Amino acid sequence: MKFGVVVSEGPYTHEASDTAYNFVKAAIEAGHEVPRVFFYHDGVNVGTRLTVPPQDDRNIQENWSAIAKEHGIDLVVCIAAAQRRGILDENEAKRQGKDADNIAEGFRISGLGQLIEMGIQTDRLMMFGD
Amino acid sequence: MEDGIKKFLYVNRKAPYGTIYALEALEVVLIGAAFDQDVSLAFLDDGVFQLTKGQNTDGIGVKNFSPTFRALGDYDVNKLYVERESLEERGLTEDDLQEIMYEDEDDDWAEKPSIRIISRAEMADLMHDQDVILSF
Repeated sequence: MKFGVVVSEGPYTHEASDTAYNFVKAAIEAGHEVPRVFFYHDGVNVGTRLTVPPQDDRNIQENWSAIAKEHGIDLVVCIAAAQRRGILDENEAKRQGKDADNIAEGFRISGLGQLIEMGIQTDRLMMFGD
Repeated sequence: MEDGIKKFLYVNRKAPYGTIYALEALEVVLIGAAFDQDVSLAFLDDGVFQLTKGQNTDGIGVKNFSPTFRALGDYDVNKLYVERESLEERGLTEDDLQEIMYEDEDDDWAEKPSIRIISRAEMADLMHDQDVILSF
């Protein structure tokens, strides 16, 4: 089965991004496909490479970047939600006149159309939130 | 699912202000309208407050986005299901909600109400009937 996944809460405050990660991992191990994960609301904060969690804790962003690389998962951060919360890639930083970007490896910033498209193209859409 | 058209249901459960969920849900609805899917919105729990009339956000410095609901008909989004029990539990009636109309192209563009009040049991049936549910 082809799953689309939405993460709609931020890392560490909420467990949603961990649960979504564990779901994606389990789904792939069980032979399913997860072509895309869409990050919305505070979920976009998973996509910053500047988090520095304590060493004895999991690194949520690195977990996502690694699983995306290994299995070719498209990690999409909503541009409107990202702009509000200060998640920028190089192009957006330049376009908005900001002095830095922070998007993590494997994540890309794109529009809400990617979320709707994922709903259309997958068999099941799973939403992980509060 | 027929002809590649899926049934999308946007479930709105939270009050319009206090958190950003309601506003960002509406942003998804507006973008999603371009994809020509079969779209419905559901309002339950505190989500019913999103449709109340007379909203005024001057005191909190955030945008009052409630007029946008009245424009949804222009995007062919005209099925807004409101749960009766959620209204009653909050002391609200249909009269407390904005009038939201759409023009029915299959009925000589007659003006019809987009809001449909349904029971909790009917809401369960509605959800059961969907292909994609996005919950906010």
